[in-house]
Amino acid sequence: MQAFLHQLLSGLANGGIYASVALALVMIYQATHHVNFAQGEMAMFSTYIAWAMINAGFSYWAAFGLTLVFSFIGGVAIERIIIRPVERAPVLAIVSVFIVLLLILNSLAGWIFSYTIKSFPSPFPSVAWYGSKYMSSHEVGMIVVTLAVLILVFLFFRFTPLGLAMRAAAQNPVSSRLVGIRVGWMLSFGWGLAAAIGAVAGIMAAPIVYLDPNMMSGILLYGFAGALLGGINNPWGAALGGFFVGVLENLAGAYVVGTELKLTAALVIIVGVLAFKPAGLFGRTLITRV
Amino acid sequence: MMMTTPNEIGSVEPMACAGLSSAIFRYVGITALLAIACALPFAVSGYRVSQFSQVLIYAIAMLGLNILTGFNGQISLGHGAFYAIGAYTAAILLDKTGIPYWATVPIAGAICLGAGFLFGLPALRLEGLYLALATFALAVATPQILKFKGLDHWTGGVQGIQVDAPAAPWGLPLNTDRWIYYFCLIWTITLFVVVRNLLRGRTGRAIIAIRDHPLAAAAMGIDTALYKSLTFGISAMYTGIAGALGALLSAYVSPDSFPVSLSIKFLVGSVVGGIASISGAFIGALFIEFTPNFADQISKAAPDAIFGMFLIALMYLMPRGAIGVLDFIGVQLRRMAAAKQQRRNRTAG
Repeated sequence: MQAFLHQLLSGLANGGIYASVALALVMIYQATHHVNFAQGEMAMFSTYIAWAMINAGFSYWAAFGLTLVFSFIGGVAIERIIIRPVERAPVLAIVSVFIVLLLILNSLAGWIFSYTIKSFPSPFPSVAWYGSKYMSSHEVGMIVVTLAVLILVFLFFRFTPLGLAMRAAAQNPVSSRLVGIRVGWMLSFGWGLAAAIGAVAGIMAAPIVYLDPNMMSGILLYGFAGALLGGINNPWGAALGGFFVGVLENLAGAYVVGTELKLTAALVIIVGVLAFKPAGLFGRTLITRV
Repeated sequence: MMMTTPNEIGSVEPMACAGLSSAIFRYVGITALLAIACALPFAVSGYRVSQFSQVLIYAIAMLGLNILTGFNGQISLGHGAFYAIGAYTAAILLDKTGIPYWATVPIAGAICLGAGFLFGLPALRLEGLYLALATFALAVATPQILKFKGLDHWTGGVQGIQVDAPAAPWGLPLNTDRWIYYFCLIWTITLFVVVRNLLRGRTGRAIIAIRDHPLAAAAMGIDTALYKSLTFGISAMYTGIAGALGALLSAYVSPDSFPVSLSIKFLVGSVVGGIASISGAFIGALFIEFTPNFADQISKAAPDAIFGMFLIALMYLMPRGAIGVLDFIGVQLRRMAAAKQQRRNRTAG
């Protein structure tokens, strides 16, 4: 029972990372109906920036904050420079551009920061102050940070004029433009926000999976699985899906398929959801008129 | 476009001339290319020969991807998985059974046909982006499945499987590199002819109609589900055959020979060559085999970044791929020739 509880809780902690990635994916999907295959590499790159700043002598939380700012700017820049020209291109061209972006970021990170695996510090104390042996303090911290991100994103979209404008631009670009919202910039901000959320996921994941240019490929896959499971057009569903996938992954890894086939579990979730309930658990079913 | 034949054009007098001469050009061109392809192994050194064999193998794999993505409109980011299945089938057969190496290739093709058909069934419900996602997941999961301990007995786990490189039969005076090259060349030519005939006929029209307008295709009585899964199967079969040939060429398979980047390479090569074309697969194969070398020379540190930037530039400059550009040049030349002919007729009459 103890072992089970341990697996469950650490699954929940991993789920926090997947939830952030899923949220970032949904952010871009809602605004532009693109699935960002480069989300994982963007997060990885942000994590390297954080690492470089910590090494340069910044305190952890200063580096954390600055990384989010840089990621936001980077996300906006990527949207404006690389994605904008192919916005209306056929799906294949868009997918290819995302894939190329993935290649470029991966290679750049390897070039700038080398391919050797690095350790990344955790901001949370190594001794658990709450005296429980089920979760390490980093795992608790991860969940707290993820929840904080979710709440902040919720507050931003619910209560700020900019958030409202961004939601409007995603939902109905034409009418939004008519009432004076700068739709193009809203899309870019969506990208920036997604990049920043991804950066949080990367920084939280790095102490566990270690820092290397390929650290996010598995996490991205679980993020996809979470987003699809929760419903790719529902941010909260997607985040919940991320937590759910984290738990499922850990339990399946411990009791069903073994740790070697964890990624296959994600593949099965993705194909299963897409085949049997494409809208996900909490998503809207889209009906198109022929 | 590329599909015009001399007897299709023939109603307009000047066009007939242009059509006939372009047909002659095409036959001369194909013969010349074949001659070059046959002479190549004797003109370059050993390592280059295996590079060109790899080009042929990539061309077959991308041809499979072109059938699926270019002609049928289903995006796959996971063809590396079928390549891996083909390669592993060949390697396991060679390792565990006594069957000759040339028999492993069609068996690998048949197994991939089945695997592709099965993966094509859930894929029926996925459109565009979602299919890309599902196949991407397949590509990411492949190395892990190959490393799985339960299959160790067959796959050799992390170590992979070593196989013997085939020697030339009938006492032909060819070393292994050259013999594999010719073996691949025979397969390439066969498979290209097959796919060309397939796409030109009734089946091909159905496949293309599903891409262009699935609803209309269904309304015309095409069994969309069957055709889509079949196309997936055929596509996987091509890529699987390429995988088997690849295993023979490198004489070694291991889980890490089939990373996500292999699938990405296939898609990228196909897009660069021209995804809705048959001959584009060759250009794409040359591209993915040789640009990393060039990129390496430009920057040792980040060849992929250079490679990626090439690609983005290419995609903005030539959205239909290299074949699109060649087509455009061809059409312009033909138009100029026709205009000249007309002027000549006018001055004569």
